[in-house]
Amino acid sequence: MAKPKTTGMTLIVKTVTRLTVGLILLFGIYIILHGHLSPGGGFAGGVIVALSFVHLMLAFGKDVAVTKVSKNIASNLESIGALMFLFVALLGFLGGSFFLNILSKGTPFKLFSSGTIIFSNISIGIKVGVGLFAIFLALVILERAEKEE
Amino acid sequence: MELHILLLFMILGAVVAVEVKDLLSSVIAVGAVGFALCLAFLILKAPDLAITQLVVEILCLIILIRATIKRDLPLTIEGRWIFNTISTVVFICVFLFFAWLALKELPSFGNPIMAVVKKYLEEGTTRTGAVNLVAAVILDFRAYDTLGEATVLFTSVIGIMAILRRPGRKKVK
Repeated sequence: MAKPKTTGMTLIVKTVTRLTVGLILLFGIYIILHGHLSPGGGFAGGVIVALSFVHLMLAFGKDVAVTKVSKNIASNLESIGALMFLFVALLGFLGGSFFLNILSKGTPFKLFSSGTIIFSNISIGIKVGVGLFAIFLALVILERAEKEE
Repeated sequence: MELHILLLFMILGAVVAVEVKDLLSSVIAVGAVGFALCLAFLILKAPDLAITQLVVEILCLIILIRATIKRDLPLTIEGRWIFNTISTVVFICVFLFFAWLALKELPSFGNPIMAVVKKYLEEGTTRTGAVNLVAAVILDFRAYDTLGEATVLFTSVIGIMAILRRPGRKKVK
């Protein structure tokens, strides 16, 4: 297959992507961390984080995005997110039952409040973001492999 | 009122998505239905669901467009259209009958039965410390359900990676 030298889209798209992709990633992290204060939470924030990497991949091609998050890192982080959520669940046994909120509740409307909910949000955010990006990566790799055949 | 306009728009978009011949147009019609659903969630005062619906819809549209834009397969429907139409109408009638039976028993729109919810609304913030009650319910009171949902997503990612990885496909040849 004759591969063109410049992968991805045009220069305009690449420049705009360079400016916006960090902001999208930050917004996703904000949604995850403020899941117990404002609408959103782990799932929505995780999808936004995945979308920032998908954005990078659509604009610059597969190779640039893979240098940021490779398939091995993706699958490792996915497992770490799932295990973290299970660990938060098992942490409740210290207080007596599954998923018990044993940490200090803090004052409402503060960022560090609500005990284990913030850790659950973070673990779900990692899991969802990396998992959806891994699905997209697998689909793109499949398309390229079909072209080569 | 706005909700009914949106519902009509969603039904029209779904009909267009089924009937149109071009695959890309069908995908875009499905996307329009999804964004209308996002607006409907906002009107029903569920911003959590609206955000999730919006971002998932964008991701699904990107994946579907990337998957369909290369291979534009024209749909061919041939033969037996009388049988198809009659069976479709019969099944729609059966569905509407049972939906009517079920909807008679439901509480009227906007007046939910506050048996379980009342306790969560009163004690949610004091018992969990989370101001967002949706987060309090899905990650504290009903966290076991969320664990199941997370497991479903984890399993689906494992399945997709196992099916689509390169070594598995090379062995077939």
